[in-house]
Amino acid sequence: MAYDLEKVRTDDGLGEVWTLNFGPQHPATHTTIRLVLKLDGEKVVKCTPHIGYLHSGFEKLGEDLDFNQYVVVTDRMNYVSPLANNIAWHGTVERLMGIEVTPRCRFLRVIMAELSRISDHLLSVGAAALDLGAFTPFLYGFYEREMIYDLFELACGHRFTNSYTRVGGLSQDIPDGWVDRCRVFCGRLPKALDDIESLLTTNRIFVDRTKGIGVVSRDEAIAWSLTGPLARASGVRRDLRKDEPYLCYEEFDFKVPIATGGDCYARYLVRVEEMRQSLRILEQALDKLPVGPVSVDPNTKMTLPPKREVYGSIEGLIHHFEMIMPNRSFTPPLGEVYHANETANGELGFFIVSDGGPRAYRARCRPPSFIHMQAMPLMIEGHQISDVVAVLGSLNIIAAELDR
Amino acid sequence: MTEDQVRQFLTTQFGPEGWELALLLDNPGSPKQLCIVLRDREKLLDLMYLLRNDPQWRFDQLIDLAGVDYLNYPDAQERFGVVYSLLSHESGQRLWIKMMFDEPDLRIPSVAEVWPAAGWMEREVYDLLGIVFEGHKDLRRIVCPEWFTAHPLRKDYPLRGMGERESLPVVTREDA
Repeated sequence: MAYDLEKVRTDDGLGEVWTLNFGPQHPATHTTIRLVLKLDGEKVVKCTPHIGYLHSGFEKLGEDLDFNQYVVVTDRMNYVSPLANNIAWHGTVERLMGIEVTPRCRFLRVIMAELSRISDHLLSVGAAALDLGAFTPFLYGFYEREMIYDLFELACGHRFTNSYTRVGGLSQDIPDGWVDRCRVFCGRLPKALDDIESLLTTNRIFVDRTKGIGVVSRDEAIAWSLTGPLARASGVRRDLRKDEPYLCYEEFDFKVPIATGGDCYARYLVRVEEMRQSLRILEQALDKLPVGPVSVDPNTKMTLPPKREVYGSIEGLIHHFEMIMPNRSFTPPLGEVYHANETANGELGFFIVSDGGPRAYRARCRPPSFIHMQAMPLMIEGHQISDVVAVLGSLNIIAAELDR
Repeated sequence: MTEDQVRQFLTTQFGPEGWELALLLDNPGSPKQLCIVLRDREKLLDLMYLLRNDPQWRFDQLIDLAGVDYLNYPDAQERFGVVYSLLSHESGQRLWIKMMFDEPDLRIPSVAEVWPAAGWMEREVYDLLGIVFEGHKDLRRIVCPEWFTAHPLRKDYPLRGMGERESLPVVTREDA
């Protein structure tokens, strides 16, 4: 609800509206977001977000970097779940070029995407609780995230900003014993989620601070283009994994949590339940993981051949040369494509315009955080200033995706 | 929603001129994504309202608004394009609309009245490409600083910038 500034009457009769700068440096604005709040006493009358503190020209870089090189930039967009961004980017590139990845690659990408989703939600729930004063769930969540980081490090060498995917597959296959370690993690996670839930879900303080705060109705959620847990907490029945299945999501049996409250508490509940459903997908994927190659055949000139062939056979060397040398590698068709993944934050889509060369002509990222931040004034006007923190925490704004 | 249905709909609403239907990408193995290419600015707002309100389509969500500078693109007729990605929640259908236009007049109607989500997306396109959206209530820069003058995502703006970083004003404690 919006207030008309001229007609505002304050309780103390002063007739003043205070301007407060919820500045770019503040522990509760997850990295650099600036909100200029106009306050009537403690009530927020108008909220103007100012963004752009982390703008690094990712979309301009997309025009200068190869399809395989750009994946490192996509890592740095939603940096709490970098693998999900990689999978979305390369999913789009593969749609552009009409490549079908191998079954093992699809299952591995699903496993990595679900691990990233769990990692993102653990941080989001933990940070939302931390901003409201609850320190312990944050630490419980981060302990599990450390285990996820270890799994990523075993798989691709990076704990963070993984760049695991390549066009046509993955950079390398998972080592032996990775599946067992992942199963150990899957065994640990339900207990950690129970611990977090026991501290927050029925906690009087948490519920009072988040119930009824930042309510978004279903129509507003659709009109303001909210997607992901924010939309599902308002009753929008849409999950790209079920509605437009990509990779191999149609093979898994999982549910999509939908809430009707539309407030911060509903978003928290949706996120926790999504983590449990991700765990179901993970366990099924680990059981069904097929054997086989993880990248498409190098003869298609889409992926790098294994090193043994690069150094051992002339075909491998030629393929390697063709892929690496600039202006020789990819030859996508002329045209444009849009493909979206359901990441932890919502619909992360990439719109690629290709001019036939190895670099994208235009690599546009549809950033869920940017679009969700736009709805922030809608959610916060009329509430108290201490609710700003609760709403920001529930939105899960990642500033690097916000500004790109 | 087939191509013929869309074609018939557009012909009845707008006549045969000013629009054409195309696939975003014509490649075996790639998804078939239908795109309405508009070249007539007057039709844009009417088309958007129709697509949102018409009971046959009900495209109630604007997924993405992207600006593209087709300066170096092979066989491009106009320099700028704004691509709207729409989604209908009822049917799950997606549709793309490409508004193509050229210099010198870089103003097109704003769709922020149709879908509130377009507000910031249009600001970003204005900021990075310099396309002015008429009817937008708050068109100012969003990701670049306020004092920035160039439009960085244009093809004639170099990747490393034009020296704005080196010429930032130095503010000392005494001046501030």
